[in-house]
Amino acid sequence: MKTYLLPSVKITIILLVILSGLYPLVIAGIGKFTPGHGDGETIEYKGRVVGYANEGQKFTKDKYFWSRPSAANYQADAGVGSNKGPSNADYLKDVKARIDTFLKHNPDVKREEIPAELVTASGSGLDPDLSPAGAKVQVPRVAKVRDIPAAQVYKLIDDNTEQPLLGLFGPPKVNVLKLNVALEELKK
Amino acid sequence: MNTEYIGIVFMYLATIALAIPLGKYIAKVFKGEKTWLGFMAPLEKLIFKFSGIDPNREMNWKQHLKALLTVNLLWLFYAFFCLLFQGHLPLNPDNNPNQTPDLAFNTALSFVTNTNLQDYSGESGATYYTQLFVFMFLHFVSAATGIAAMMVVFKAMKDKITDKLGNFWDFLVKSITRLLLPISFVIAVILAFNGTPTSYKGKDTVITLQGDTVHVSRGPAAAMIAIKQAGTNGGGWFGVNSAHPFENPNYLTNIVENISIILISISLVFALGYYLNKKKLAWVIFGVMTVGFLIMIFPSVSAEVNGNPAIAHLGISQPGGSMEGKEVRFGPAASAYWGITTTVTSNGSVNAMHDSMMPVSGMAQMFDMMINAFYGGVGVGYLNFYIFMIIAVFISGLMVGRTPEFMGRKIEAREMKIASLIALLHPFLILVGTAIATYVLVHFPNAGWATKPSAWLNNPGFHGFSEMLYQYTSSSANNGSGYGGLTANNIFWNVSTGLVIFLGRFLPIIGPVAIAGILANKKFVPESAGTLKTDTATFGIMIFAVIIIVAALSFFPALTLGPIAEHFSIK
Repeated sequence: MKTYLLPSVKITIILLVILSGLYPLVIAGIGKFTPGHGDGETIEYKGRVVGYANEGQKFTKDKYFWSRPSAANYQADAGVGSNKGPSNADYLKDVKARIDTFLKHNPDVKREEIPAELVTASGSGLDPDLSPAGAKVQVPRVAKVRDIPAAQVYKLIDDNTEQPLLGLFGPPKVNVLKLNVALEELKK
Repeated sequence: MNTEYIGIVFMYLATIALAIPLGKYIAKVFKGEKTWLGFMAPLEKLIFKFSGIDPNREMNWKQHLKALLTVNLLWLFYAFFCLLFQGHLPLNPDNNPNQTPDLAFNTALSFVTNTNLQDYSGESGATYYTQLFVFMFLHFVSAATGIAAMMVVFKAMKDKITDKLGNFWDFLVKSITRLLLPISFVIAVILAFNGTPTSYKGKDTVITLQGDTVHVSRGPAAAMIAIKQAGTNGGGWFGVNSAHPFENPNYLTNIVENISIILISISLVFALGYYLNKKKLAWVIFGVMTVGFLIMIFPSVSAEVNGNPAIAHLGISQPGGSMEGKEVRFGPAASAYWGITTTVTSNGSVNAMHDSMMPVSGMAQMFDMMINAFYGGVGVGYLNFYIFMIIAVFISGLMVGRTPEFMGRKIEAREMKIASLIALLHPFLILVGTAIATYVLVHFPNAGWATKPSAWLNNPGFHGFSEMLYQYTSSSANNGSGYGGLTANNIFWNVSTGLVIFLGRFLPIIGPVAIAGILANKKFVPESAGTLKTDTATFGIMIFAVIIIVAALSFFPALTLGPIAEHFSIK
């Protein structure tokens, strides 16, 4: 044991310097050259930072596209999923209540048109995206509240839809914050 | 939906395409041949010189284990005390508090053993110091420990009588400088350019478009997330792991992270083939592992893509499958694929909440960890598989009525005792742990702890039982993923899973290394017509049967009470 203790201590020290000290510093240095300079990319509206591009935020007002339900209430320092199991009766009641709320605010939408993502909580509680279907189903409400033609809002969604990677991999998506900022800018 | 399927097929094919050359490269590194990362040699020299180590001094298997256990014990104490006093250490911009002793006990054990069960959340339960100088440090060295132990077994399998099995420190350092660090560097840079934070700044406060005030946790996360995946560690920077939009910002990073979860584990199998010049054996092992892997993938992907029948009954549509606990940017197929890859290897990072997945997925994930050898953790996955091979050789030998031999060595009572004990340890830890927890929950629901047992579970019924079963399975398999609904940060769970993690790591390392060391000292029996061939499809089927029988017989009753019962109860 003693033969190995001293080398153990020494190798731990030098590996700490290299792996925990130098390596992340080098990555931080490279990070300076990324779009967000390593601090996370932000989005501005009227000269004010209104959020981080990658982090979802709460939109509950009718004039905005809603984001998904969140077990973390979109607190970006305490992201969490609901961790509700698929057979949990209380959970299914919550989902039912969300469907009813959605129908109340979107009277033009039929029940079977609601995609599940709008009434189920995301894994991180900070999901920044919706599927194109999840955004489009909200168009009648948003268009009515803002008094703009629905066609214009549909086009906005198409313009803000990010296609699958290289057109091949993964689902298409719409960043809700970017979409809502674009919506605000449309009004001018 | 098609692009989601193409996405996961691409991920798997890309992994294999990378794993074969990487395996060849790893074999070269450990044979001491020249590689293009030769420029790391001065750094290695510096490390050895500073530490007073002669990397050329050969060790026998006992010396290997002594060195391995000594340095791991040191890391354990170091981690425990850092976590206990992290609030007072530097690099704590968010002023996070110390960990409680039971949490620090669990967390230190968890990271030293490559498990990374996280009973805390990174945003509030750790500091930048402990994230980098404890967790990320242990990410590297625990993975390197696994590879070093595996290298001892590789060396011992060479066809000469020897007790000289290389130098532990040499294996440890080269695993880092030639493999883990370069790969992590590449992954970290890709993550950084896709939006994962790299700077040391603390939380930011933002007023959202709608007018809410939120605090945004950040930190030098990209460096850590890279090695968390490549080293099959799984312990992430943020609490929700790779579901977090900073930790895994888009589908590209998801591909990169998911490939790196299984890349090294698979490439080590090919490395065995190149190292021992037994490529056929490597392909047999790879074949058995792949069949097991694919059997798990299909039901899980199909269950998640088809959605939750209980939600369908509420009359809405599920074009994106079951979306509770999942992120839109990954979708159900990539989430299910990740769930299987992270549990067949001992990674344990998640990009969706396993607690909210369909019972079929939950069962597949638990079964992966119960077997823990379909690819497996870096190094240790192969060690587990080695135990199954020894048992398969023994049983085959009995069936054809001759002394069992493996790679030219007779397998005798002593080796078989060790192999059987290790094979039985895993079910023992999981089932006894779950049984005790269930007993406490039922008989002492109001025990006066900070968290009463009646408040442990987030879901009732069968699913609640699954939460407990999953926790011990993940602990014993050193996986570290969890059913997040379980309230695990309390003394019962911190201590009991901590002990399971400890036993589930070091005994399955000691066992195979001891067997290999003993075998290497035995007389070499050249292959003859009567030798049982181990590099054939027949033997592959034999190994597969042994794995399934051992695992199925041990775990089927427990799985019946959890995910299987839940599956049939969802209408």
